[in-house]
Amino acid sequence: MKILSRLTASSHATADSNTALLSGWGRTSPSRARLAQPSTIEELQEHARRPLRRGLIARGLGRSYGDPAQNAGGLVIDMTRLDDVHDIDLQHSTVTVGAGMCVHRMMQLFVPLGLFVPVTPGTRYVTVGGAIASDIHGKNHHVDGTFGNYVEAIDLLLANGEVVTASREQHPDLFNATRGGMGLTGVMLSARIRMLPIETSTVLVDTDRVADLETLLDLMSRDDDGYRYSVSWVDTLATGNSLGRGVLYRGNHLDDPSAVAGPSRLKGPSASRLSIPPVVPSGLVGLASARAFNEVWYRKHPESERELPQQLSAFFHQLDMVENTNRVYGRRGFVQHQCVIPTGRESDLRKILEILSDERVPTYLVVLKRMGSGNGLLSFPIAGWTLAVDIPAAWDDLAELLDRLDEIVVNAGGRLYFAKDSRMNPDLVEAMYPEINQWRAIADKYDPQQRFASDLSRRLALRDHA
Amino acid sequence: MKNALGSVQSALILGGDSDIAFATSKRLVRDRLRRLVLAGRSIERLQARAAELEAIAPGIDIRCLTLDATDFASHSEFVDAAFEKGDLDLVLVAFGVLGNQLEDEHDAASAIGVIQTNFTGAVSLLVPTADRLRDQGHGTIVVLSTVAAERARRSNYIYGASKAGLDWFSQGLGDALHGSGVDVMIVRPGFATTKMTGDLDTPPMATDADSVAAAIVDGLRKQSDVVWVPGKLRWVMSVLRHLPRPIFRRLPI
Repeated sequence: MKILSRLTASSHATADSNTALLSGWGRTSPSRARLAQPSTIEELQEHARRPLRRGLIARGLGRSYGDPAQNAGGLVIDMTRLDDVHDIDLQHSTVTVGAGMCVHRMMQLFVPLGLFVPVTPGTRYVTVGGAIASDIHGKNHHVDGTFGNYVEAIDLLLANGEVVTASREQHPDLFNATRGGMGLTGVMLSARIRMLPIETSTVLVDTDRVADLETLLDLMSRDDDGYRYSVSWVDTLATGNSLGRGVLYRGNHLDDPSAVAGPSRLKGPSASRLSIPPVVPSGLVGLASARAFNEVWYRKHPESERELPQQLSAFFHQLDMVENTNRVYGRRGFVQHQCVIPTGRESDLRKILEILSDERVPTYLVVLKRMGSGNGLLSFPIAGWTLAVDIPAAWDDLAELLDRLDEIVVNAGGRLYFAKDSRMNPDLVEAMYPEINQWRAIADKYDPQQRFASDLSRRLALRDHA
Repeated sequence: MKNALGSVQSALILGGDSDIAFATSKRLVRDRLRRLVLAGRSIERLQARAAELEAIAPGIDIRCLTLDATDFASHSEFVDAAFEKGDLDLVLVAFGVLGNQLEDEHDAASAIGVIQTNFTGAVSLLVPTADRLRDQGHGTIVVLSTVAAERARRSNYIYGASKAGLDWFSQGLGDALHGSGVDVMIVRPGFATTKMTGDLDTPPMATDADSVAAAIVDGLRKQSDVVWVPGKLRWVMSVLRHLPRPIFRRLPI
């Protein structure tokens, strides 16, 4: 038994308590870094004050798919212990929380008070710091914009050791560069968030099964604005006339408190109970299983369903019902390709879906969503269509295939999402993010020595002026 | 940084003017490689290779460094120079000499030369290189071994012994670096028709420089520990490895 436990335990001969091999959610290209886990801001400052050979980056729950929360050979600061509630202002519906607090905890704490997290991604397990760094979006982007829109102030530890508050009034350049800045402007300590007042924790959901891409886009363009939340799942393995068939989910908060009685009126999420085992053989996710899944998923939905009441977590975070879903892709992990194609370039979106369909790429959870206007600098969203596709990294010729997709994206005036990227060509960054030099100038102003660095910033040369 | 699909942005190639090294460089510069250090005995030959690579990928940053594999005292300084311009995502150990078996087995100095180049020289370079990579927290070392390292053969046992030593060293190094963010990949080609093998007769299942290069790039994508070229050699060698010596000795290989 002793031998068995030694075999299953991580057998890193080089491991010591202060370093860790870190990867993102896709579990690709891990790197080793010194890992600090401060419980207080003073501890954090002490770590950041020491001389740094290869810079530092803050890390939340590691839900970015690639390498933004890794810093090979440098320092990574695990922020998850800095998760206190600093302040709740019910009158203005704002809360101030530690940057390490996650959306799951926020929902547990604040939904019973009638306050919902204003923007939530497909998982509750992201921290506030991570949400700001990636300027995340959710199912309400087309009407409400990004998480950053709801941030009123951020307390940041700067490269020079100083702690400053950045907001729309104080250091607005720093505030804007931090929202979407991938953690490269400073270490966020806490943030004041304007929450969404809700009467119930129920969402009334309309579901439509849609036979092809044109109808899907048409439906979303026509009456998405009547819904606060809207997202669709697309079957990329469907071909011919069914190309881009999918299921459209849209919903609004149930605003009538009398419609729900008792303690379930404002109910926070419960923790997930299921988990994927730590070792899963590679190759489980193949074309046959993807095709079968997509067929069943499409068929299981009724053609049309109206005002089905769902709890917040069931509607927003279907994937969180099972832990460690990233393990199903086996040892080599997976990549997510998330792009946004501007409105008016729908034919390019169609081209991408055609390539995925023609090449028989085994994909399950393809998400298509209409986005509203963007925030500039390094924030990802722009008005248009965002498509997110998970693909096993072991899939043959994946590198070449994704490069082909990127060419379509960049020629359409679209871009890739840094929080998802793990493989893009650095030469495309400037075309995709035309304001990056403005962002670089702000980053240089607050961090002239480039103390903040990550594997992502090195891989894509984010801080280096062209 | 290496990306999720094994594409590298910076590389050091030891033995940068060998046919396999050049074929690999060509594939890497067509992908994401932007900074390359080529090292070898002749700076002129390296510069000629560099010019060809620049024609394929204009704007690429290539430096050529002189390297004598048997000048062990120079190696630590050499490694410092190779890392001077920043991280290296990939270090490819592609130098080696074949020697002349029938002559070298009667000439200790020549036999020692083969061992010192292929084994001692590689170890002398890999020790400081591994430390640099461990410090940077990421990277991949690719070591060119050979099927001849798998079982001693009468026809090339001096070369085989030197590569067997390197192969074993690299296996252990891979285990030592496990969890450090640094990977070691061992490549075991069969007979490859290159300038090193020159006018030797071509045996069955021979390969060539470009096939080895393709297998290296594929191995980087797959994060392989060991790559055989061609792939079926893995199964052939697993049989040959267990053949009784009297039979193995009579095989025409």
